[in-house]
Amino acid sequence: METVENRRLAYWPNIWAGIGLGLVIIATYYIAGRGLGGSGALSRATAVALHTVATEHAENLGYFARYFGEGGAWMNDWLVFQVFGVFLGGLFGAITAGRFGKTVDKGPNITNGQRFWYAFLGGGVMGWGARLARGCTSGQALSGGATLAAGSWAFMLAMFAGGFIMAYFVRKLWL
Amino acid sequence: MDIAPLAKMGLISADVNMILAGVLGFAFGLILERAGFGSAHRLVMQWFGRDWSVFRVMFSAIVTAVFGILTLDAFDLMSLDAVYINKTYWNSQIAGGLVMGAGFAIGGYCPGTSFVGLASGKIDALFYIIGMSFGVLVFAEVWPLIEGFMSLGSAGRLTLAGLFGVNVWIVAFVVLLIAIVGFWGANTLEQKINAKT
Repeated sequence: METVENRRLAYWPNIWAGIGLGLVIIATYYIAGRGLGGSGALSRATAVALHTVATEHAENLGYFARYFGEGGAWMNDWLVFQVFGVFLGGLFGAITAGRFGKTVDKGPNITNGQRFWYAFLGGGVMGWGARLARGCTSGQALSGGATLAAGSWAFMLAMFAGGFIMAYFVRKLWL
Repeated sequence: MDIAPLAKMGLISADVNMILAGVLGFAFGLILERAGFGSAHRLVMQWFGRDWSVFRVMFSAIVTAVFGILTLDAFDLMSLDAVYINKTYWNSQIAGGLVMGAGFAIGGYCPGTSFVGLASGKIDALFYIIGMSFGVLVFAEVWPLIEGFMSLGSAGRLTLAGLFGVNVWIVAFVVLLIAIVGFWGANTLEQKINAKT
């Protein structure tokens, strides 16, 4: 274990990672006039995938109508390109840091199977909530926080509250 | 003269804007990985108070970006009026935030970091992403029940400066102050909590 750890590149100190991230946010506003996002692309992909397998049903869902514009190139979207970049950047980062590997990230006292179920459940809650809040940690907290959007700051406080409260109930999953 | 946002001032084409979206995303993903945010266990320790990296990275990013964006605007290098600022809907943003914090603690990631987790080879991140997609689908299915709630507490394009009726630079320095006090508080709490366990 010790030797494996030693071969890995250390994490960046929080403040440097944060300043780097801040510069990326500035560049994003300077170039595109909008913020970064994490969940919007997945929402769009879900709508388009549903449209492929159940066209009529997808078109009957009022919420998804926003994704089915004229022209049909529905995945030709700024956030989709950006999230694709996030994946590639993460992949490049993990490989160059020696952190890439097929693993399951979990607490010490649960099985892989349990972890997968709770990951699915937590993802479901997050995906649902991100539509409710109109954005996630990237779109609301980081981007909205950076532009001092009032509702985004309220969102941020609420998200931290939700995390601390729920942690108490799921402590056996992680500790 | 305001030449930015470049895409909105017509200085770059839509295609170039798309390519740059990928480049910016790449930098975003790389930094998240280097911050250690491809690991659910590390992220979740924020919610147990044992590792405040999420808070520290987030707040140093926000402080950097707030001052950077305001400076660009002040020197007329970028028009803040042309920048999209999230609209405020108090009810849905507060409710959504609470729900998402819960989802974060259960599942271990937020949407952006789950893509970095998957890219790092984490199988649990894949289940998390499938779950998110399922959550979106459920949301779309129950949309008629939620639609009314979504527009409650609507305040439009409202910034903290507008909300409190103060100059935006005052807000910026308060944010800086919150970050400094928050860093000190986070470091203190972290040491206390880790000493106990």
